[in-house]
Amino acid sequence: MRYIEPHGHMVSRTTDDYQAMVTAGCVAVCEPAFWAGFDRSSADGFRDYFRQITEYEPARAAKFLLPHFAWLCINPKEAEDLALAADVLAMIPEFLTKPNVLGIGEIGLNRNTRNELKVFEQHVDLAVKYNQLILVHTPHLEDKLKGTRLIVDLLRSHPGVKPERVIIDHVEEHTVNLVLDRGFWAGITLYPDSKSSPPRAVDMLETSGHDRIWLNSACDWGVSDPLAVPKAAFEMRRRGHTAAYVDHVLYQNPVRFLSQCPKFRLGA
Amino acid sequence: MPTKRTPRPQGKLPAAAASRALVDHGFVPVRAKLIEVAAFLDRVERHGAADDFRCVALRTAAQVLLDGKPERARRILERLSDPTTKPDAVSTGKAALGAWQKPSSPKRAK
Repeated sequence: MRYIEPHGHMVSRTTDDYQAMVTAGCVAVCEPAFWAGFDRSSADGFRDYFRQITEYEPARAAKFLLPHFAWLCINPKEAEDLALAADVLAMIPEFLTKPNVLGIGEIGLNRNTRNELKVFEQHVDLAVKYNQLILVHTPHLEDKLKGTRLIVDLLRSHPGVKPERVIIDHVEEHTVNLVLDRGFWAGITLYPDSKSSPPRAVDMLETSGHDRIWLNSACDWGVSDPLAVPKAAFEMRRRGHTAAYVDHVLYQNPVRFLSQCPKFRLGA
Repeated sequence: MPTKRTPRPQGKLPAAAASRALVDHGFVPVRAKLIEVAAFLDRVERHGAADDFRCVALRTAAQVLLDGKPERARRILERLSDPTTKPDAVSTGKAALGAWQKPSSPKRAK
């Protein structure tokens, strides 16, 4: 089995995780910029972080023969500080030419505030200006439905956004059709305690279709499982889905979306 | 919000839907989760926390399980969601709590 981990915060993981993922069939990993678990005190903290995910982490992954790609942004959890966000947004273009950078993400909303929405829109403007793919984070728990609606409304009203170049991540049963019906790609995140479990993810594939959806572990420093995607493959096979079906969802779908960025290339 | 919808193919079940196997593999883990819910409700009641808005929301959402209608997961998620539509003026903290509380009282415990 081959699969792509399209959303993993590998700076938070050990090399043992890289080894386990490759052993399970992972052929590429993509790392969106996210919150470090604490607020950075200045834009310089982001500069170091961007260097880490565009220079150091690809080299670490390469030791396990794993292509590593990255997305850049200031995460919505730090978007309440508009001055900091402006400084980081101004810095992002100098990193967009790095060979492993696929686009802008994971941007979006956390607590659905006006400031978060403002910074989200600035990121979308930046992505459109530089013709970048967009990876969107949707809020957690009780904030997800409202946040997803706000995100979809903003994206749909932005004249430069092409829905087929946007993936809206962390969908659940109450948001998946809201995203797909408006032409966006949807990401299902597999978490032990929140978001979706592998059985629920396969339920969504069976009821909402499987053509514009990818599955990811979003493994980070919190409760998460870097092998959640291959475990979802096992759930699919146990229900009687074919190997071709599994390959379509876990490999071909992410390749189809990510290949819209010419820098996304996999080795032979 | 624009109402244009993009057609998408309907999902489908595998040709040889292993319905018996679904129950064989899924029943015991789900049974365990249901008992966890029951034990949690007993526990918060025993410790005087049953009136916490999250416990109230959990009991309300659980009613969906027995109404005999489909799409239970979607409907439970919706019942636990913030139903408002406007962005909030300020953040009340980085972490969501799992259930929505009406803003007439303090919106979120912190």
